[in-house]
Amino acid sequence: MSREADIGFLNSNHAAAEGALTAGVNFYAGYPITPASDLFEYLARKMPKQGGVIIQTEDEIAAINAIIGASWAGAKAMTATSGPGFSLMAESIGFAAMVEAPIVIIDDMRTGPSTGVATATGQGDVMQARWLSHGHYGIVALAPFSAQEAYDLTIKAFNIAERLRVPVVLLMDYVLVHTREKVRLKKPPEVEVWSRKKPRVPPEEYLPFKPDEDLVPPMATYGEGYRVFVESLVHDYRGYYVTRDDVYEELVKRLSDKITVNKHIVLDHVEYYTDDAEILFVAFGSTARSVLSIVRHARARGLKYGLFRPISIWPMDTDALLKAAENARKIIVVEMNYGQLFLEVDRVIKDKPVYLAPILTLDLPTPENILEVCRKWL
Amino acid sequence: MPARHYKITIVANRCKECELCINICPKKILAKGDEYNAKGFRFTRVTRPEDCIGCRLCEHICPDFAIFVEPSEKPEEVIAR
Amino acid sequence: MAVAKRPIIHPVDKYLRTERLPHVWCPGCGIGITLHAFMRAVKELEDEGRIDSSKILFVSGIGCTGRAAGYVNFDGAHTPHGRAIPYAMGAKLARPDLIPVVFSGDGDLVGIGGNHFIHAARRNMDVLVILVNNMIYALTGGQVAPTTPKGTYTTTTPFGNPDRPINAVKIAAAAGANYIARWAVTHPELLKNSIKKALPMEGFRLIEVVSICPEIFGRHIGFRAPIELYRRLQKVVKIRGKISPFEATYDWEKEIILGEFQVRNEPGYTRVLMEAFKHG
Ligand SMILES: Cc1ncc(C[n+]2csc(CCOP(=O)(O)OP(=O)(O)O)c2C)c(N)n1
Repeated sequence: MSREADIGFLNSNHAAAEGALTAGVNFYAGYPITPASDLFEYLARKMPKQGGVIIQTEDEIAAINAIIGASWAGAKAMTATSGPGFSLMAESIGFAAMVEAPIVIIDDMRTGPSTGVATATGQGDVMQARWLSHGHYGIVALAPFSAQEAYDLTIKAFNIAERLRVPVVLLMDYVLVHTREKVRLKKPPEVEVWSRKKPRVPPEEYLPFKPDEDLVPPMATYGEGYRVFVESLVHDYRGYYVTRDDVYEELVKRLSDKITVNKHIVLDHVEYYTDDAEILFVAFGSTARSVLSIVRHARARGLKYGLFRPISIWPMDTDALLKAAENARKIIVVEMNYGQLFLEVDRVIKDKPVYLAPILTLDLPTPENILEVCRKWL
Repeated sequence: MPARHYKITIVANRCKECELCINICPKKILAKGDEYNAKGFRFTRVTRPEDCIGCRLCEHICPDFAIFVEPSEKPEEVIAR
Repeated sequence: MAVAKRPIIHPVDKYLRTERLPHVWCPGCGIGITLHAFMRAVKELEDEGRIDSSKILFVSGIGCTGRAAGYVNFDGAHTPHGRAIPYAMGAKLARPDLIPVVFSGDGDLVGIGGNHFIHAARRNMDVLVILVNNMIYALTGGQVAPTTPKGTYTTTTPFGNPDRPINAVKIAAAAGANYIARWAVTHPELLKNSIKKALPMEGFRLIEVVSICPEIFGRHIGFRAPIELYRRLQKVVKIRGKISPFEATYDWEKEIILGEFQVRNEPGYTRVLMEAFKHG
């Protein structure tokens, strides 16, 4: 492959699919849904040629459970869907978190609620990505804003899933997945590809849920003699159901804390003109592209606008956000919903006004659409 | 040559006093004991081990893995915990 | 796991996490009888060198029956309610040397998980499904199940169950399973033989086990002592050889037909899929 051939002209679905292949995906289960289907279709042509398994299940509930089973059988496993399908996966997102199965879920956001507009864009799944399942657990969500990032962040999603043994969600949107762009398909060693820790002790001594210092337990694979029991109930280090306060507390805290203590491999964001920004925009995904255009035009006219674009949405780099907001008089959160990321930004920034600019258009908002909503604060 | 005698082992702490074995035994040689196990159940006892025919119906019907039958030199009841 | 002391006393203890016994099931519960038959089948197969138990993947859903996965000393999982089949499917397709067994309740498999059941049978997915049918939602305290006889008084049908019960055997047959049998806990030896036959096969295999739940179901219908419910079941089951699965009546008042209703050797899904991918 020449250097040229490493360049693709891909939409974000196909770029994410290529990223997954580079990360070593070898199991995919999914159910068709707009706008995620062409990611599935793309992988359906490619994965079998590379020794992977890809199947269409009877519904998204089967898909998510199949990838969790596959993950415990040693696979790098993923699925992709959109809001309605993501909702159906709710219970088993918590299952994956509870049994610490590394999996990647791509959610191509479309408008909601309910069936919404299947062919229109939205960003209404921010809180869903964080709190989809019941109970308290940790989860990671990453949001690309270009096809290149879709490629890069899918690799990162697999890496985080494998290293921390958590479900990782890639939040994309309808606009991104239907915009073709140049993507450089970086390969190792230019990109790192990580795999989960394996047990370092013989089966007789192995405790499947006993964490190392990084709070992540080494993971045995089915069929290798470890006779590991994967328990959805509250469990001790052996994986046995116990109803003791200390075991419950330690487990639930660890499921979140393992992300916090390893946040250096998760946190990610990009800042534009934030050094001296007086008006700081916060936006992610395709919306951030329109906001960036506003900021650039403003700068050309001498206005001190800046943009903070979180890439890791859950968890967000709140220290970096606070620092970026230091010189700002106002913070404006622009998102294609009625206030979700806003809640997190507003929670973090305590000493200055945070405004919500909800953009409820069906297509990618133009800078003018956004300016219209924001004008009263500018 | 088929063994003539059987050793019947009762795993006392697993027995839940369901009495399926007692009722199913074709020779009626099992009975509820007087002693209680760790969980408060009066585990099954063998009244006449010499009458056991080794059919193992008691073993196979037991939901609790609490009784089993093996060929042996002499008729015997063993209580394991 | 040698970390905990695992006493070995009983002939099948090798396959149990014995440090967890006694198990949670009530006195006289048919789940234990069924699990016991399964253990004996595995033991015989392994003793004969026909199976490597370290490749068994024992998956359960939620329910009293679902607790089984936690007592067996195999690879396994206790998945969300109804999701054992797709979980096992994912594992098997990712690692074809696994021998997946799904051991779960009737509500789990043909109630909430019914769609997975149908489609796994349709694909002829390589999995042995042991469906423990106690005719009730036991773990949750006695609500109506899809298998509950019509007219039965349960906690959620206080005026009698208005629904007709589901016949899992016919569903599996309509969807295209390789192996279909129904047994009852009144016949543990025949059940064991059936498991022993079906476990090494490929494709979708269903063994429905009509079970007894004296504590919950028995209480509702007036057969509270395990032996009474056992005798009542014994009265209604009839073994029939060589009949079509579509004739395998399931009627608690008239007759419940036991037997082996379908034995085919069509290639399992794993093989079909790998074959298809070869041409990719
Ligand atoms: C999604 C979901 N809904 C409901 C429940 C509550 N629930 C637990 S077990 C069960 C029914 C169990 O019945 P069955 O599968 O027949 O198993 P049994 O207890 O009779 O062995 C229900 C409804 C649950 N755990 N999860």
